[in-house]
Amino acid sequence: MIKALFPKISRRFLRVWQRNLTVYKKTWKVSFLPPLMEPFLFIVAFGIGLSAIVEDLTYRGIKVSYIDFIIPALLGTTIMYNAFFETSFASFVRMRYQKTFDAMMATPLNLEEIITGEIAWSATKSFIAATLMIVGVGILGLIDNLSILLVPLLALLGGFAFGATGMFFTSIVPNIETFNLPMFLFITPMFLFSGTFFPLETLPQWAQGIALALPLTHLVRLTRAATLGIYHLSLLGSLAYLLLYSLFFYPLALKKMQKRLIK
Amino acid sequence: MTPIVEAKNLKKTFGAFTAVEDVSFHIVKGECFGLLGPNGAGKTTTIRMLYGYTPLTSGALKLFGEDLEPNLRKLKYRIGVCQQENNLDPDLTVLENLQVFARYFDIPKSEARTRIDRLLEFFALNNRSKALFTDLSGGMRRRLVLARSLINNPDLLILDEPTSALDPQTRQQVWSRLLELKKEGLTILLTTHYMEEAYRLCDRLLIMDQGKVLVEGKPGELIDRYVGREVLEIDSPDQKLRDFLISQGYMFDDLGTRLMIYNHNCRELFDAIEKVFDHKNCMLRMGTLEDVFLKLTGRDLRE
Repeated sequence: MIKALFPKISRRFLRVWQRNLTVYKKTWKVSFLPPLMEPFLFIVAFGIGLSAIVEDLTYRGIKVSYIDFIIPALLGTTIMYNAFFETSFASFVRMRYQKTFDAMMATPLNLEEIITGEIAWSATKSFIAATLMIVGVGILGLIDNLSILLVPLLALLGGFAFGATGMFFTSIVPNIETFNLPMFLFITPMFLFSGTFFPLETLPQWAQGIALALPLTHLVRLTRAATLGIYHLSLLGSLAYLLLYSLFFYPLALKKMQKRLIK
Repeated sequence: MTPIVEAKNLKKTFGAFTAVEDVSFHIVKGECFGLLGPNGAGKTTTIRMLYGYTPLTSGALKLFGEDLEPNLRKLKYRIGVCQQENNLDPDLTVLENLQVFARYFDIPKSEARTRIDRLLEFFALNNRSKALFTDLSGGMRRRLVLARSLINNPDLLILDEPTSALDPQTRQQVWSRLLELKKEGLTILLTTHYMEEAYRLCDRLLIMDQGKVLVEGKPGELIDRYVGREVLEIDSPDQKLRDFLISQGYMFDDLGTRLMIYNHNCRELFDAIEKVFDHKNCMLRMGTLEDVFLKLTGRDLRE
């Protein structure tokens, strides 16, 4: 089915993925620290600091401590940031300044494979970051439910969705500074208002409606289900949303990149 | 014999702008073919069409006897491209840069290692294999890009201004390497605006300007045809000298403070001028490809 939808893409996109892995391996000692350290920072600041003034809250009828409530949010936002950053700023640098795509175009790779490799890599970065973060959460002794181990899988799906989004912006921004717009208008509001640090239900009805249209809301619903072990049918809706969202932005990113680079 | 490259009536337009118009040429096996032209002549666009980066607006392009577009992937395994910019991976070492590229061509690891060692040796980079791209000099970077373009043992090597921005020593070194490759039978297509480079390396060349072909031929023949063996340059000529030249029926290019005389028995004229006018600002020299180039493309500055 994938072959029929995207006839130009062969497994060669893995070569592009592999190139990014090679570079990552050179810098892993630095790259792996932030996702591992972040839970400590957030959990100290929000969990311990805010817990003193924030009481336990009720999520889907179950009492949850504030720390347990925000751990899945941290996982979800990490997945979002890692993938989005990779295909926006990082891909743009490779495309514009390092001319990496140009060099690849002179090999058997085609543009669709290059872009697919980049997005696949961004999902991998989300996967790595989420996994490291779970290790950090584990070190802090805050794992409630073993189904937290499903989060890396969600990171692949969420990472792909946000990676495709980042690539879409890369295909249209005139310069690297312009990424501040989607960051400020799209990513940061999502970080704050997607049921991340307070339950969606506290928002007015209209704002809830907007939040439900945003991908991070659905990703955090899924990560929260996994970390708390609370399952409900609407999760299928969230899964379907992320899939459809990816199926919209991925081909769009391919098309826009084609338009940008092939002249 | 099937030509390695067969380009027929290539045309490329970007909106209302025509970058390449009606360009045709062919390259046979083992030949070094040059595309010459001032900035903006359409050289890079032409070669980008050759490796499938830029789709043709119209025209036909065959590589190794096969139509390019339907066989692009297969054909790309057989060409090596050295682009204008040193688009190497700055995060990777010399060795890793080549290894990553070898993977794009599905070259097995051990085979890649053998080829890389040979290429590093050939381009005198074997002591720098662990160096980061950022630690390399401009000349080394260029040699690395060249090495990279040969990683797949190409049957056709495409070079876009291979020696621009290099110092004379490095340029000479690159030339000697390219000549060696040529001797081994490699087919090369290069663009350049260094006439000396074209003269030394190219068996045949094509001069283009504003997207169109002006002339095509062997460097020596083009010099004979357009400027002659010898060229006479006269610096700050006075009116008397101008009148003399006109009265004798000499044709010259008037650059204001300098006259250029081509296609005549310049030696005889040189003697005559020296004798009659005692003119010390006369210079008799060999005709060069640069004369041909400037004569055909004009002396106006190109932005």
